[in-house]
Formats: sequence, C-alpha cells, structure tokens
Amino acid sequence: MDHAPALDAAALPIAQEGELTKLHPNYAHALRVRTTLMAIPFLIAALVLELVNREEALIPSGIIAGSVLLIAILLILRIPARRYGARGYQMSADRLRVVRGLLFRSDTVVPFGRVQHIDVDQGPLERFFGIATLTLHTAGNHNASVALPGLGEELAREMRETIRAHIRRESL
Amino acid sequence: MNEPQRTAPLSVALGALATVRGAIISAAAIAFSGVGGGERFWLAIGVFAAAAVIGTGVAFVKWRRLTYTIGDQDIRVESGLLSRAARSVPYERIQDVSLEASLLPRIFGLVAVKFETGAGGGEDLALQYLTAAQGEALRRLVRERRDEEQAAPGAAHPGAATAPEEEGDVLYALTPGRLFTFGLFEFSLAVFAVLGGLLQYADNVTSIDIWDVDLWRRWLAEEGAAVANIGPYAQVLGAVAGLIGLAVIGVVTGVARTVLRDWGFILTRSARGFRRQRGLLTRTDVVMPAHRVQGLVIGTGLVRYRFGWQSLSFVSLAQDAEGESHVVAPFAKADEIARIAAAAGFRLPDASTTWHRASKRQRTDKILLDAAIFVIPTIAMAIFLPFGLFLIPIGLAVLGAGVNLYAWEFRRHAIDATYVYASHGFLSPTQAIATRLKLHSVEIWQGPLAQRRGYATVNLGLAGGQFAMHGVPIDEARSLRAAVLETIAATDYSRLDAPGAEGEDQALSAAQSGLSANFLAT
Repeated sequence: MDHAPALDAAALPIAQEGELTKLHPNYAHALRVRTTLMAIPFLIAALVLELVNREEALIPSGIIAGSVLLIAILLILRIPARRYGARGYQMSADRLRVVRGLLFRSDTVVPFGRVQHIDVDQGPLERFFGIATLTLHTAGNHNASVALPGLGEELAREMRETIRAHIRRESL
Repeated sequence: MNEPQRTAPLSVALGALATVRGAIISAAAIAFSGVGGGERFWLAIGVFAAAAVIGTGVAFVKWRRLTYTIGDQDIRVESGLLSRAARSVPYERIQDVSLEASLLPRIFGLVAVKFETGAGGGEDLALQYLTAAQGEALRRLVRERRDEEQAAPGAAHPGAATAPEEEGDVLYALTPGRLFTFGLFEFSLAVFAVLGGLLQYADNVTSIDIWDVDLWRRWLAEEGAAVANIGPYAQVLGAVAGLIGLAVIGVVTGVARTVLRDWGFILTRSARGFRRQRGLLTRTDVVMPAHRVQGLVIGTGLVRYRFGWQSLSFVSLAQDAEGESHVVAPFAKADEIARIAAAAGFRLPDASTTWHRASKRQRTDKILLDAAIFVIPTIAMAIFLPFGLFLIPIGLAVLGAGVNLYAWEFRRHAIDATYVYASHGFLSPTQAIATRLKLHSVEIWQGPLAQRRGYATVNLGLAGGQFAMHGVPIDEARSLRAAVLETIAATDYSRLDAPGAEGEDQALSAAQSGLSANFLAT
C-alpha cells in the first residue's frame, strides 16, 4: 500500500499527444445557427413579458427584452466560435481521438478494433452546410457511442470507409 | 429437431392464473367499495369470472401461436395472433442461458428459459414455460451449438464440444448458518414502505383517510394522554421497547429477504463456465461462460466490512433482473473471493500491486467545495439565531474536511501488465478490476475546476459496467491511456472471445512486460 510517485510520462511510449485536426469551418456556422434557433424561444418569452409589463408598468419598458437580446447576441457571437475552437479530432492508423467541451472537457480515444458499428448522420442543418456527424459505437457502457460532428461530408464517408476497412482486415 | 415446437401446455394454466390473480384485487375492490349497491357482490363475481374466461382464452391463443425453432445457426421464436413477430438469435451471440422457476411454475415442474444476448433495453429472448428437463436439454444444446461454431474455424477445441454436462467443482456455497448471518447484516426497514403502500391501498378501498391530519392528531392526543399518565420510567421503557421492536422488524425483514433470494446459493465452475443457482421460492439457474467475464467488482457494507465480509460480482453483458451485475458470492471472506477470482482468470491486487493515489489537488478542491456548502448556513445562523449556534455548521464543515482527508487515502488506482484496478470509499471500500484487453475506449474527462488544477477522471469503456478512476493527475492520466490503448489496439474485438484468447492474452502480457517493468520502476 505504499504510495508510488506519479507515473513518469516520458517512461511510456506514445504518451505524447499529437496535434488535433480542426473540424470543417462550416461547423462553426452550423453551431451559430443552432444557437440562434435556441435563443428564439427566450426572445419570444421576453417579448411576452414585455407586453405584460407594459400594462402593469412595473419596470421601464425595454429592459427585459433588451437584456435578453444582448445576452443572446453575445452568446451567438462568442460561444460557437469558442466551442468550435475547443473541438477537434485526431485519427491515426488504429484509433480515433475526439476532443470536445469548453467547461467540461472530454478527450476520448476509441481503438478501431473495438468499434461495433459506424453511423454517418446528417440533420437538415448539417446538410445545408455540407457537413456530417460520424458516430462510432462500442460495446462499453461508458462511451457506448462516440460522436464526432462537423466533419466535411466527403471526409466523414472516407473516414467511415477507412475504419471499416481496418475492422475487416483485423477480423479476417 | 428443426421443426417448430410449442412451449409446455401447462403454460396456458399458468398464464390464466396470472390474469385471475390480477382480477382478484379488482373484484375485491368492487365487492368492498360502494359501487353498485346491493348487487355489487354479483358484479364482483361477474368481473372475476369474465377475467378467468378471458385470461384463459388469451393464454391459450398465445400458447397456440407461439412456436420456437431450434435451427442450425440460430434459435427462432414466432409469436403473435394478428401481427406475427419472428425473432432470431444466433447461437454465438447468446451470452448465457438462464433457467428461472418462480413458485407456481416450480410446483408444476416448469421453468422459464431466458437467452441473454447483451442487447440493450432488456429485449432478449424468453420461453415461458418449458418443463425442467426440456429447459436443461435446450440449454445444453445451445451451449454445444455455440461451441461447435466457435470451434469450427479454428478447430482449437479437440473433443471439447462433445463433453457431457459435467457437474464441476463447487467454488462457493452459502450454508444456512452463514445465510442467516448474512441476513443479519441486510438490516432493512423496507417493510415500512410496504406497510405504507398497503395503508394507501386501504385508504382507497375503505373510508379511513390516512392523509387526514386530524385523525392522527386525535389518535396521538388519546395515546399521548395515556402515555403521559404512566410515568417517566414507563415512558423510557416504552421508547426502548419501541426501538427494540424496530430493530427486530428490521432484522427479521433482512433475514427473510436474504433467505428468499439466496437460499441454497451455490456457485460451481465447470470447463465451460460458472453456474449459479439460488432462491427459495423462485429458483434461478444461470450459466456464465468464463471468457465473457469482463471485470470484477468487490463490494462490502459499512458494518460487515468490520467483520471481514465482502461480496463479489462479475461484470458482463448479461445481467441479473435489476440490471445489476451477476453476484457470484454475496457474502464471503477474502480468501474465498480470491479463489473465485482466480477461477475466472483474474489476479486480485496484492502486495506487489503499485497503487497510485488521487491527486492531492483534487483532495484540496473536494475539501474546499464540500466546506463551501456550509458557508451560507453559517452566515444565516450567525445573523438570525442566538449566538453560538453557528458553530454547528462550522463543526460539520470541519468534520467533512476530516472525512475527505481520510477518504483520499482510499481513492487509489493501479495498472499492471494485464489488469486495471480502481478502489474508493473509506468506510465500505469498493474495488473494481478489469482486464486491459477487454476495455473498449478511454476517455479523459475534466470539469472546469479539474482543467485549471490539472487532474482528470479516466473513464474506461467496460461492457456491462462502469470503470472510472477519479482525480488522476493529467500527465499520469495520459500515460495510463496510452498504455491501455496500446493493449486494446493490439487485438480486434472479434478475437476477444475466440477460443485460445487466453493464449493470446499471455502472449500479450509477455509483450507488455517490458512496459510494466517501466511502470514498476517509476
């Protein structure tokens, strides 16, 4: 039960983390559109409150809707870009690494040898921007599916083929 | 044996009985409620009779329309009256076959046969009911077919597929005496929840409103007056008697529940895997192939740990009824657990295991965060309550800090050439062990605080369970991930369960030994 010192990173092979590949630039636009869509209900609610308030005249009109609009604009301008910046992936010969999250950062590696099946999905928004989501499913309970959104459509399909080829080669 | 077969005809009677049992309650409710005035007893009998007739009819049609086929590659079940459903499960995907006999079927000598595939949502294949002999034969057949399929490509199993059903060595058994001791530790006041539910039900069918505060107040006032009259000694005596009564009820419930669940618990190991039988009224019989065991969890309880009792579960894709891992030793001493673990091919951590503690920064953060909860109560109490009372939350915060400091000693993790270990909890420590080779993914997760303070949670993808190491320093987490991935990537999923995987396992650990030497050296 002796307390060993922390592992020496240099003593292990390939512990160094490579450079992350950025996602398709359109993904930032898609995120921005999605944030805008999410802000709309809040804006409507704020407008309704504003109307109610106008009859009661409790606080100067324009305060609620104005502040909500301001927050929404700030979020739409700032957050998608930062989220885009925080995301990335790294594909090597036998594994895929997916990094995401601003506050809650998650850095997942899935070896191709453990992939059960592969999805390439496109929502309406993603189709408009020509991007796709690649999802790898594993048998583990944690990370049963690892999604990598914001890949170029072509690239997502190529990656799927690469991973599939790897699986077939391994199991033959 | 390739033509469609039906389940045992007695299933019709059992299905009808289940419907009738449901109807008794509603019939009784009608009989004792105010519905229908004087005619209500006839109404109740009518409802009961209708339920019996409909239940029998439905059960018969269901039985008539459900057939199963034992094919060459798979087992198929077709069912449904108007819309037909056919499900096919290939032999090699069946994780285990369990036989379950609850009280009524058991009287008739029937069992429910369940095929577990590990598919999500619990939508597996079940045949209700077959005769016990048929069930046993089906299970053996499935196992033989599966072995044939696996043996065919590699031909690595000479003669193994034709071996008869062997009984195997008894690895672990619960004697009635030990079962009773186990029951004592399973102290439970669940009976009061049941009583509450019954009262609620009584509330619905009788005119007593249990949520009526006045009723209770009146009752308390009457009883309270009586209690006040009997003097202080009798009051204390009464309170003590009440507590003892509570304890007795708790112990009796615990023993009864344990005996019902684990009576005749026996775990055997044969060439093919582990077999567990347990239960007093509902007897279950589960077979778990050894190579499907993904990991082990050793748990314990607050009190029983002081007496050296622990429990052992196998983590695998197949699970017990409540979605929990298969318990293979609910109440055992450390040496018995070590023996079962060894039989499953796992090595328990010992003196040579190099444990690593969680980051000290995580300990500090946890202490500060937990203490922060008490800040607002302290301020509020200091302002609004008499002087001195605010010391209570401060005391609690200090106590919490002490507990956290101590708990940190127990939050540890280790890795060696073949296994990963994680352990946490200071009053009742829980230990998890998993095979490196059988992990599926590695995630390094950091919350906002952890990002700034340089530690992380390492989540390992384990089929059928969770495996997490908390508060690992970030550099160590990365090296750990690299090491685990190196092992995982070397073998494809399709080869994990293949015959001879053990051999590969050893070859791998040999290949990894240089790596682990590095580990041990640091």
